[in-house]
Amino acid sequence: MKTGLGLIKNLELSIGRIVEEAWAEPMGPTPFPSLTALREWDMKLLQRYKPFYLPFCDVCCLCTFGKCDLTGNKRGACGINMAAQQSRIVLLACCIGAATHTGHARHLVEHLIENYGRRMPLDVGGLNIQVEAPVTRLVCGVKPETLGDLEEILDYVETQVTHCLSVCHTGQEGSNLDFESKVFHVGMLDHVGMEVADIAQIAAYGFPKADPDAPLVDLGFGTVNVEKPVILCIGHNVVPSVGIIDYMKENGLDGEIEVCGLCCTAHDITRYYKRGKIIGPISWQLRFIRSGVPDVVVLDEQCIRTDSFYEAQRIKAPVIVASEKNCMGLPNRTNDPADAIVEDLVSGKIPGALILDPEKVGEVAVKVALRVAPLRKKFKAIPEVDEVLQKAKECRQCGDCRRACPQDLHIPEAMKAAMEGSLAKLSDLYDLCVGCGRCEEACPVGLQIHSFIVKAGEKKLKEETYKVRAGRGPIQDVEIRNVGSPIVLGEIPGVIAFVGCANYPKGGIEVAEMCREFASRRYIVVTSGCAAMTAGMYKNEEGKTPYEEFTGEFTAGCMVNVGSCVANAHIAGAAIKIANIFAKRNLRANYEEIADYILNRVGAVGVAWGAYSQKAASIAAGFWRLGVPVIVGPHGIKYRRMLLGRADHEEDWYVYDARTGEKVYVGPAPEHLFYAAETKEEAMVMIAKLCMRPNDTTKGRAIKLTHYIDLHKRLYGTMPEDIHRFVRTIADIPVTMKDEIIKILEEKGWKETIIPDPTLLPRLIRKRKE
Amino acid sequence: MAAEPWQTAEIPGPKKALVITKPEVVAAMIKRAKRPVFVVGHKAAEIDFDGGKLIDFIIEFSKKSGIPVVATAHMIGEFTKRGFKPAAFMPAVDIGNRLVDPDWAGVDGKGQHDLALFVGLYYYMEWTILSGLKHFAQHLKTISLDNVYHPHASWSFPNLSHEEWVKNLKVIMEKV
Ligand code: SF4
Ligand code: SF4
Ligand code: SF4
Repeated sequence: MKTGLGLIKNLELSIGRIVEEAWAEPMGPTPFPSLTALREWDMKLLQRYKPFYLPFCDVCCLCTFGKCDLTGNKRGACGINMAAQQSRIVLLACCIGAATHTGHARHLVEHLIENYGRRMPLDVGGLNIQVEAPVTRLVCGVKPETLGDLEEILDYVETQVTHCLSVCHTGQEGSNLDFESKVFHVGMLDHVGMEVADIAQIAAYGFPKADPDAPLVDLGFGTVNVEKPVILCIGHNVVPSVGIIDYMKENGLDGEIEVCGLCCTAHDITRYYKRGKIIGPISWQLRFIRSGVPDVVVLDEQCIRTDSFYEAQRIKAPVIVASEKNCMGLPNRTNDPADAIVEDLVSGKIPGALILDPEKVGEVAVKVALRVAPLRKKFKAIPEVDEVLQKAKECRQCGDCRRACPQDLHIPEAMKAAMEGSLAKLSDLYDLCVGCGRCEEACPVGLQIHSFIVKAGEKKLKEETYKVRAGRGPIQDVEIRNVGSPIVLGEIPGVIAFVGCANYPKGGIEVAEMCREFASRRYIVVTSGCAAMTAGMYKNEEGKTPYEEFTGEFTAGCMVNVGSCVANAHIAGAAIKIANIFAKRNLRANYEEIADYILNRVGAVGVAWGAYSQKAASIAAGFWRLGVPVIVGPHGIKYRRMLLGRADHEEDWYVYDARTGEKVYVGPAPEHLFYAAETKEEAMVMIAKLCMRPNDTTKGRAIKLTHYIDLHKRLYGTMPEDIHRFVRTIADIPVTMKDEIIKILEEKGWKETIIPDPTLLPRLIRKRKE
Repeated sequence: MAAEPWQTAEIPGPKKALVITKPEVVAAMIKRAKRPVFVVGHKAAEIDFDGGKLIDFIIEFSKKSGIPVVATAHMIGEFTKRGFKPAAFMPAVDIGNRLVDPDWAGVDGKGQHDLALFVGLYYYMEWTILSGLKHFAQHLKTISLDNVYHPHASWSFPNLSHEEWVKNLKVIMEKV
């Protein structure tokens, strides 16, 4: 049997190869790049955007030769210094992130092949999508056409991620810059893994296929009908949720049960099933479980609170774990008859079970939910108001909660008010709390602080009813054709992707505000993952969420949700497709040239206002290698290093003019590659600034400068001090500000420069200057 | 004297900030410094201080001591609203990045600084930047003037009550 499978596999692979041979485009220079194949490109970026290390820890404790004190650039017992050690940890984090997406992709593809066969075509948008897998085509030089073709691509990614992980071993790489180059490599691989995962699920499950009109779906706690049995799915791999939805539909139970999700699985549930509900981002886990609403909790993989099993027990909700990666110590019941497992879960004989067969998960979850719901009566773990007021009296005002809280929330003061009978201050904390539960762990009297906050904010919680556009998947080729020219010429001032996790510094509202601001300014606004949900959780005066306010088409002034975390690949894919479809640059294994194009011409910026996972790190790294800068919120500074340009180093900002080979100063555009902003105001001004590119036409630059200056004036109350670095010719100056700006230019001793055909790659110079 | 970091999990390594027990000592250090600079984060406009905001105190402090101010985030607006022009405004990570570079020309173009005072950033932003400076800016001493212990600075207050902190800062101001 095994041999047979192997044979079939080989056969399929060779068919796959034949298909690739049929791809007319000539093979570019770097198919399936190795660890060092793109090192020169990386070094060009790292020369300009040097790492600024912010060690998270002074010691290294990765091996038993240590702990070693690396303070002040001392070397450890293995010889490593602090700079290299910090990059090593970043590399490790990115390997974890890439492995997570890729492992997810592998499981998904294996499962889908089992159900749909290797030959299932990868249709992700019919005739609207000719370039179905831009990242994969660019990196690997192959053109996947069927589910089976994806296996070979994953083989490559897995091999490379393993090599990069091995680089983190004691006594390997010694140069911090080489570590950084490998960070970029893993980031690039991560995007391939994400793309594989998302195109596989779009094709197999019929998710919206590059659909600008993807349906508006329900978002928020308040959208759940608590009268019905509720199944809550948490995680990122939608396969078990599909099992649940299919079982329900097949047994005429559609509409009888609420299927809702937290984190990215929720996005993918609603891409599959429009009655599905998104509760909210990852940080809603504790509050939603404790609310007692879920009757069954199903955990798949990634971004699951590892105490959710314990939390579910507190509300007497049985738990099903559905991934090899996350067994939570539960007995493996995969091979038992479904009804036997149901019996044991309903009777409480076992609090939870590991079931690795997604169809069986579906049957068990549905049957258990139907039977448990009337028994549980939504038993909850959040105390009543009286109890909160009573319990608050036990607070010793020690302040340990506040010192544990990542948001430094003024919990003791709120407790004091509660002692005195008012929940108002606790309720104020609701909007700022990121739901981590650290406060409770710290409290010496064991007060359930997070639950108190949720109780105090209960009214707000219950009123959370919003709309978000279901993840649409890739951007259509025709949309790229329509916006390619205005983006590259600068008339659409930028493409801004709001991605990432939920540890926002001042609550999620800032994400929604930023989305609104830039969509109103006719930037292209794209979202994914938890950020996409958060952005949908705020309504304007007319009661509309940003998704209802702005179009879902990829165009100026839009609000496009691409989907779950793995759908991030479509954002990178859109940038790549601009170079390929609009500018007709060869795509196939032509990484450097496309990245050079994006860096110099496509005004795209990633914003992860909350970012904490290792996946967020590797996603960002994939954008860096493509030349797309990423801004993180203040917590993102804990990623240990920034990649910052020095506007004051003029020599860093020269490019070749591809027409003449001349070196031309183009100003710090984009100024940084990775950067943590302290406040929303700072981030907004920086977003506008980082959208500028050397290739902007005068008209485009004038538009971009207008937004930059306008935001700067409004949010900083002053003119920016670096306008002279971005004005190349007088025509670049926004007309309405001409006199004011010319005065500044004169003061700064500004000189006119030319607008080149910019590139960092000498081989792209068409006519060399002797 | 030992001090506890404000965020309890922020356990530093072997080298920890010396604790400021006497504000006079800080004043003396500031006076001794040849090229000090003051980095002011966005919270300075939010924190109450002696009937006004912390930023008002900083303006007075800068005027009296002559120490140039770098306003981070959007703080430039808060300063200008009060009729004060900081020497520079730039993101917190940028000033950190420039402070590690021995060849940086400083806020006034006259050369790298030898002492950096910090106040008013998010605790976690401040300690990460101070950590970067502790490890990679051997030429620089750092002082945190927040009312919480910053283990990665060269010198820091311990966790202080608001009143004590105000008292201490006023002494420093008086002596510089
Ligand atoms: S990996 Fe190197 S620096 Fe780290 S503990 Fe081991 S010997 Fe020390
Ligand atoms: S649960 Fe909320 S209040 Fe508690 S530590 Fe986390 S963010 Fe702070
Ligand atoms: S940790 Fe507990 S006892 Fe201490 S202040 Fe916070 S709530 Fe009160």
